[in-house]
Amino acid sequence: MNQSVRRKLREHAWAYLFIAPQMLGLLCFIAVPVIFAFMISFMKWDIGSTPEWSGVDNYRKMMSDPTFWKVLKNTFVFVALTVPTMVAGSLLLALMLNSGLRGRTLFRAAYFIPAVTSSVAVALIWTWLYNPNYGLINASLNALGLQGPGWLTDMKWALPSVAIMYVWQGLGYNMVLFLAGLQGVPSHLYEAAKIDGAGSWQRFWRITLPMISPTTFFVVIMLLIGTLQVFSEPYMMTRGGPADATNVMVLHIFNTAFQFYRMGEASAISFVLFLIILCVTYIQFRYSKWVNYDV
Amino acid sequence: MYSLPAKKRKPIVVHHGAVWLGKGFIYGILTAGAFLMVLPFLWMISTSLKGGGSVFDYPPRLIPSPIHFENYAKSWELLPIGLAYVNSLKISLLVTVGSLLTCSMAGYAFAKMRFVGRNALFVALLATMMIPGQVTLIPMFMWFSEFGWVDTHWPLIVPPVLSNAFGVFLLRQFMATIPNELEEAGRMDGLNPFRIYWSIVLPNCKPALAALGIFTFMGNWNNFLTPLIYLNTETKFTLPLIIASFKGLYTTDWPLLMAASCISLVPMLVVYLFAQRYFIEGITLSGLKG
Repeated sequence: MNQSVRRKLREHAWAYLFIAPQMLGLLCFIAVPVIFAFMISFMKWDIGSTPEWSGVDNYRKMMSDPTFWKVLKNTFVFVALTVPTMVAGSLLLALMLNSGLRGRTLFRAAYFIPAVTSSVAVALIWTWLYNPNYGLINASLNALGLQGPGWLTDMKWALPSVAIMYVWQGLGYNMVLFLAGLQGVPSHLYEAAKIDGAGSWQRFWRITLPMISPTTFFVVIMLLIGTLQVFSEPYMMTRGGPADATNVMVLHIFNTAFQFYRMGEASAISFVLFLIILCVTYIQFRYSKWVNYDV
Repeated sequence: MYSLPAKKRKPIVVHHGAVWLGKGFIYGILTAGAFLMVLPFLWMISTSLKGGGSVFDYPPRLIPSPIHFENYAKSWELLPIGLAYVNSLKISLLVTVGSLLTCSMAGYAFAKMRFVGRNALFVALLATMMIPGQVTLIPMFMWFSEFGWVDTHWPLIVPPVLSNAFGVFLLRQFMATIPNELEEAGRMDGLNPFRIYWSIVLPNCKPALAALGIFTFMGNWNNFLTPLIYLNTETKFTLPLIIASFKGLYTTDWPLLMAASCISLVPMLVVYLFAQRYFIEGITLSGLKG
């Protein structure tokens, strides 16, 4: 065997050794479980019983369950409430912080605090803030002569209440992403635009927005995927109540699998969630012409 | 008279907001916003120091009097919150160290080594990032229960260490920017690939490793869904689980609940205050590369 072949073989061996832990892990803990989950979704498998094939029964059962549709709607409403607010809010904060103010680091630090705290503890704090009778929010409204709703106990307000807290917690994180994006915009573009007589509004639309579009794209995708999978917040604050008003996809999967032990049906629901996430991501990439990668 | 030329000479920075809102207005909004960010935590501390009756005072007071520290002692005694600290710390540290090692090894191979199937495997790795964790939850739970791993910490440590596609991706992107000359020099000195990776490449990846480390630690420290599914015994609970049990057991004892939340939040907040720069740089790095 000549030397170059031997060297190549050795390099291959090292490379496979390097990737082995992650590759085996991804195979065992993601690839194979996904295939397995897909199979389970066509089985009747309640914990304790022996699994048996049941065709599309789980999917049929899922679709005929009014809770599923309610949950699906809630999830989309939650996404619609949080994602645009979060994007607009964090971009606005980043723009304000980027306008050459003093104390920038201090503000940035304050806005980022909620992002490092656990959502379970934060959800508990907000449950207390939202308390209809003794919570700080209603007490403050009361002081202004207003009567606050029951927030988490009110059918209409429960989901928006969770959404408000979610936005509060995520603003700082996304703001930092936007700040990084804004700092990447070369200042000569603004100077040139100023010389051409572009107003600040025009500069925002024509320069800032297109230049930070990769950041915006990233933020939107991550937010969509994250909010579609929201769990800890509704679990902690309401357990999905009142009357399923805050029940969302992952909570529904959790309840079906680990409260009612219907593993087959839970797998079917989790595949619907998977499909939704795939579609949303695909649409994002498909219609990403507005994203401008070349500087 | 003097203001006009001064205005013209103002350095050109990005003044979107400043032009039409005015600086004072921006300061006002930012200060009010920052106050709203911190207020829930102040309220948590305030409530945690109140006695049973004064929680329901109207109007509510921010500074409690008298101050009751015993809520902290009580929450420490009622549930094993100290053990939860140890458990959370153990799990998060092991996952962080372990996945930094495996991710950087795989990242190095994908960035710098040539082998058959490299591109196909990398695409496969990226594809696994699309799969939401809830899909694999059920089959994994079933396997781990066969395995006897339910109510142990293993399901919270082993899968996250060995299946972190994002981590591999992040480190690969970073390592690809390290000039090849460095490794060439090592090769000339007769170092084997592992030595090159360990003593040449890794030290040059510190920012990326710090970023990945911080977010892996934070994610596992705050993780809730998987511990909730796998752990049943209180002494094995992690911090978020203990907080959830507090809420289940002492539903309306708000001073106690707030004291427990406060205890659970303090370490992360302290770490953040001291390592703030790394958090911010970490997001920027992972955000831009992702």
